[in-house]
Amino acid sequence: MSVMVVRKKVTRKWEKLPGRNTFCCDGRVMMARQKGIFYLTLFLILGTCTLFFAFECRYLAVQLSPAIPVFAAMLFLFSMATLLRTSFSDPGVIPRALPDEAAFIEMEIEATNGTVPQGQRPPPRIKNFQINNQIVKLKYCYTCKIFRPPRASHCSICDNCVERFDHHCPWVGNCVGKRNYRYFYLFILSLSLLTIYVFAFNIVYVALKSLKIGFLETLKETPGTVLEVLICFFTLWSVVGLTGFHTFLVALNQTTNEDIKGSWTGKNRVQNPYSHGNIVKNCCEVLCGPLPPSVLDRRGILPLEESGSRPPSTQETSSSLLPQSPVPTEPLSSNEMPEETSTPEEMPPPEPPEPPQEVTDAEK
Amino acid sequence: MAPQVHNLQELRRSASLATKVFIQRDYSEGTICQFQTKFPPELDSRIERQLFEETVKTLNNFYAEAEKIGGSSYLEGCLACATAYFIFLCMETHYEKVLKKISRYIQEQNEKIFAPRGLLLTDPVERGMRVIEISIYEDRCSSGSSSSGSSSGSGGSSGGGGGGVGSR
Repeated sequence: MSVMVVRKKVTRKWEKLPGRNTFCCDGRVMMARQKGIFYLTLFLILGTCTLFFAFECRYLAVQLSPAIPVFAAMLFLFSMATLLRTSFSDPGVIPRALPDEAAFIEMEIEATNGTVPQGQRPPPRIKNFQINNQIVKLKYCYTCKIFRPPRASHCSICDNCVERFDHHCPWVGNCVGKRNYRYFYLFILSLSLLTIYVFAFNIVYVALKSLKIGFLETLKETPGTVLEVLICFFTLWSVVGLTGFHTFLVALNQTTNEDIKGSWTGKNRVQNPYSHGNIVKNCCEVLCGPLPPSVLDRRGILPLEESGSRPPSTQETSSSLLPQSPVPTEPLSSNEMPEETSTPEEMPPPEPPEPPQEVTDAEK
Repeated sequence: MAPQVHNLQELRRSASLATKVFIQRDYSEGTICQFQTKFPPELDSRIERQLFEETVKTLNNFYAEAEKIGGSSYLEGCLACATAYFIFLCMETHYEKVLKKISRYIQEQNEKIFAPRGLLLTDPVERGMRVIEISIYEDRCSSGSSSSGSSSGSGGSSGGGGGGVGSR
């Protein structure tokens, strides 16, 4: 007679979170669903650096200085650490409203706007707030059923509202928002430095070796050099330009999303109320300011149902701690406002003064 | 008329949830976490205005302390950057420390002030820092009044649950 050991499977909250995210390591890692380009980024960085350490570094460490591979290793490790941190952390996702909260807000809206006759589109839900003497509008998110805080935006790729939403970056496979912007910035900064470093020392290597054995022989001996130089060349234009663009944004305390939409530019628009007016202060706040922890509680344990292993269905779990999709009432029907699903949440379109954007060129 | 319940467990057992009030965020100071101190009319008969306002103001002060931009936060940021953020594997951020303080404060307030009046405060961290949820309970024994909401443990998520802070 065989004895069956029944193990109680603990359900963690990340398994039931709405939105289009992927979770790994039992909820510790959080990414977007499409990860292909992220793997490409990893491959390019790891591949190029492996070639560099394997070939050029050995020659240069002997001929010039052993400090060369040491600095390269430090830059490589730092950029990998910041890349993984950007990709795996919660960008600042705002959890969706629970049914009680959504109903409460809905009542408040109806009280202000009055009920809408059937068949008619309800008016756009906007609240006006004054921040530092400027009027800022808060928009209602139909998907998350909340009034979005200022600077938050709904990412249509991940289907989440993200605080201080910057953009969705396919190269890191995640949104860039309040909680991981500094890691993203440090990643592109360190990657720029690494690219310049590898590019420069590849040239030095080719130059030094060519003096001894000739240019063509050098290339024949280490064909990887050509590949590295090509990758670095194309990466330089995109990543260094992107770093410059984000340095500009950090100095003005703006997000990519606001920059694209032109929220703070133009005569009739308000000035950026979040900027301190001082470049140093802005940089310090964005890069070294306090880091709020994730409010998603991905690894929290969901209370087990009485019926045991039956997966909780959406409507049944009454005491759920997670936002379930409530039965839509008339005003709550999915009237997706045009702005919500528009592209500003996604990659920035090419702009004249900026170098090619994240989508186009191959990144190292 | 408020039930004389001095124990949160007793409250949940003997009372049924009547309704919930949500205190919204106050964005007049920017994106920092502050809650409106406007007194909701539903609480009019349950708690003194001054007590409520004091609680919300104290919470606002805690959040302001957590998000304060100054010397110590810069130091923490720079140190973290210098260690490629590995230091957060062994160290708690200042923000997390303050959130724990807030949890303890809310639990204290619930036990001393809100539960005896048939109310329960939910830590905003469990609601994504969007709202302060106040659950209003009707005493089952004395109720003939309308209890509209569900009678399950929706208040079970609160009681100053400090475990609401998830991993980074």
